[in-house]
Amino acid sequence: MNREKITNRTGRLLAGAALSLLLVSGGMAPAFAETPADTLVQAWAIDDTITLDPAESFELSPAEFIGNAYDMLVRLDINDTTKVKGGIADSWTVSDDGLTYTFKLKAGVKFASGNPVTAEDVAWSFERAVKLDKSPAFILTQFGLTGDNVTEKAKAVDESTFVFTVDKAYAPSFVLNCLTATVGAVLDKKLVMEHAEAKTPSDEYKYDTDFGYGWLKTNYAGSGPFKIRDWRANEILVLERNDNYYGEKPALARVIYRHVKESATQRLMLEAGDVDVARNLEPGDLDAVSKNADLATTSAPKGTVYYISLNQKNANLAKPEVREAFKYLVDYDAIGSTLIKGIGEIRQTYQAKGVLGALEASPYKFDVAKAKELLEKAGLKDGFSVTFDVRNTQPVTGIAESFQQTAGQAGVNIEIIPGDGKQTLTKYRARNHDLYIGQWGMDYWDPNSNGEAFTSNPDNSDDASVKTLAWRNAWDIPELTAESKAALLERDNAKRAEMYQKLQQQALETSPFVMIFQQTEAAGLRGAVKNYKLGPSMDTNFLAPVTKQ
Amino acid sequence: MSAVARLKPARRANRRAYGRLKSVAGFLVVVATTYLGLLAVTFFIGRVVPIDPVLAIVGDRAPAHVVERVRLEMGLDLPYYQQFWLYMKGVLSGDFGTSVLTTNPVMADIRRVFPATMELATVGTIIGALIGIPLGVLAAVKRGSFTDQVVRIIGLVGYSVPIFWLGLLALLVFYARLGWVSGPGRIDVVFEYTFTPVTGFFLLDAILNRDWAAFRDIVSHIILPASLLGYFSLAYISRMTRSFMLNELGQEYIVAARAKGLSETRIIWGHALRNAAVPLVTVIALSYAGLLEGSVLTETVFAWPGLGLYITNSLQNADMNAVLGGTIVIGSVFIAINLLSDVLYRMLDPRTRSR
Repeated sequence: MNREKITNRTGRLLAGAALSLLLVSGGMAPAFAETPADTLVQAWAIDDTITLDPAESFELSPAEFIGNAYDMLVRLDINDTTKVKGGIADSWTVSDDGLTYTFKLKAGVKFASGNPVTAEDVAWSFERAVKLDKSPAFILTQFGLTGDNVTEKAKAVDESTFVFTVDKAYAPSFVLNCLTATVGAVLDKKLVMEHAEAKTPSDEYKYDTDFGYGWLKTNYAGSGPFKIRDWRANEILVLERNDNYYGEKPALARVIYRHVKESATQRLMLEAGDVDVARNLEPGDLDAVSKNADLATTSAPKGTVYYISLNQKNANLAKPEVREAFKYLVDYDAIGSTLIKGIGEIRQTYQAKGVLGALEASPYKFDVAKAKELLEKAGLKDGFSVTFDVRNTQPVTGIAESFQQTAGQAGVNIEIIPGDGKQTLTKYRARNHDLYIGQWGMDYWDPNSNGEAFTSNPDNSDDASVKTLAWRNAWDIPELTAESKAALLERDNAKRAEMYQKLQQQALETSPFVMIFQQTEAAGLRGAVKNYKLGPSMDTNFLAPVTKQ
Repeated sequence: MSAVARLKPARRANRRAYGRLKSVAGFLVVVATTYLGLLAVTFFIGRVVPIDPVLAIVGDRAPAHVVERVRLEMGLDLPYYQQFWLYMKGVLSGDFGTSVLTTNPVMADIRRVFPATMELATVGTIIGALIGIPLGVLAAVKRGSFTDQVVRIIGLVGYSVPIFWLGLLALLVFYARLGWVSGPGRIDVVFEYTFTPVTGFFLLDAILNRDWAAFRDIVSHIILPASLLGYFSLAYISRMTRSFMLNELGQEYIVAARAKGLSETRIIWGHALRNAAVPLVTVIALSYAGLLEGSVLTETVFAWPGLGLYITNSLQNADMNAVLGGTIVIGSVFIAINLLSDVLYRMLDPRTRSR
């Protein structure tokens, strides 16, 4: 009886403690927070950012930071994405032999540090990227630059004249498009070299300085409309208005990126007003956001395409009829209206919409009878079995399952091998797959990027030095390879566009690539956010025009 | 005779010192073999995973010569035993290598992510123990009653409901609907310009800076994820408390105490719980160590930049230096917590105290 009383008291104590805990935490939270009026807060998975150095960075989220915080010689014109316009460069000329590009820089441009932007900074930025030779360096070295000749080939003639010499008479559009890439960002030489560390030259690294490589990884030395103030990996990145910017100054004082990976979490934060923009919303959450009167959505097609590819080392998949049949076995409509709704658009050609020479054609429809007919022609009347390497993320898993089911209707028995992304990719790169579902993002905004990947394979042997997507699927195409090469050297823009369209047409008919869709980047916005426009690539998601009401 | 009598205690002291030395040496050997085994197993698992580690560094697009150069730089052309030997040599001289994914020294990365996890785990364990122990005691005292069943259900739910789902639900209710707590992340963006982390333990940093506004904000950020982790460990702690308490309450000394006329409060809290506390320390210590590994799902839902996400991310990219570094840290945490609970044992249990 005594015991009863005691424990009752314990119970009350417990309840009291729980209640006060709730009250304490409740009293502490601010009521629905509004972000400051001059600050744009974005929730985005920024864990792919491993460096802020334009010479090394080649991931998605840092492309946006660099695109806003640095300036390049030339920039993509987002009103007509087949063209470029001046960045640091005011004007440029191409010599008659097509080898020499002379850039005149804008006058009076300053870095965020206050240092003037000179042709020497441009030349040094090229030299630095080529000598460090990190992942994106090939965008510059493909023009014949090496550590030994870069100071000759990329040279400041005077304060405001930069001369770039290429090794072949490439299409000028190709050269200029490549120079819009983040690796072409112009760095503040004086500032970076203040932080450079001495190095002992060795066989692997021939230079006596690290070119500020250690410092620039987490720091900033640019001249864009914003400057990068702070970055804590997997946590936060802060952009601040650069008051030294030569162009129209951004309306926002700062842009803060918060690393949030989970779509549902991002949606809750957007609804609560803790963030102004949510960047990784999955179809379901995006749909809910678009129905909310206080919120809005925006989207833009991006330069990433998804495809199913057929390894030509597999005797069945190498038959032309089978390649064609597979293109009839995808239920494009169903995939487009469900699995990729809001995050992509069905696209059957391999060039992204908006790039020079992109072909608009979608001749294939889901047609089992037609596919069966083609399989019979190939001598596979009773179908066959094949494996399919699929990484275990959406939407590819869903698409793979859909394809497994629709192909099954024509007697093609597909066994899905799920795997982690890097695991399936490793297998794919070693050409050990049968079927593979992949995504391919453009390296730089020029048709050659995808043209080379999908329709060029200079050497189909196992130890080839150039391993394009065509190589990965053992698709041996000497004629198309030659045509891709020719398109690279065509100096007439209209003719060049036509050549790429022809390449896409041939790929559409004969390639082992079943193109599925082009990715759309979508974002959820608070109603107060205006002029937020996503660009065709990550480095053209420009923030300078954005305002908040 | 008298000389012998004088000698005896000295010899005994010697023998005791020798015994202690032996046990310390034995302990060190155990620790060393544990580490070696841990590292060897992790290392070789990492090498047989069918992922090309070079891919994680240079990405899918790098030209062949860059791939080849990086492969050589990483020593991946060497036989496995040589790679392991090189790694061990580095570790012994305090160099845990560089994470291929973040390109930072592994220990610098861990120093960045570990405080976040530790802060969350500590608050979570405190919440779990503060609520779990009384609940367990209550359940034991009212064994078989309705209260006992309720506690049992609370525990089972905490243990079996996926924390991912529970986390989202908690966010929806307490953050989005009621607005009682702050949302995901460790601190609000408005503190970006005033609050600079020094130790990485944000609560501590705020106290050190006497920044009470930031402190309140940090508490309102940590309370929800910590309560969830706390709930998860509460489930385990309350079940174990209940069974330890039942064991103690059935002992004769309890009957004796009751016969003596002691109040029930003193019997339960002063005698029974005190004796149950000894095994309970192990339970709490182990659940704390478990939380220190970092909880990937909680960290994902609450955008908490901790160790769990770091190691998972590294594993998926075959970033073995980072995984091995993480393994060493977690191993050390387990060993340290085991030591700590040994010490607590001695304090709580008179029998293990040396005279």
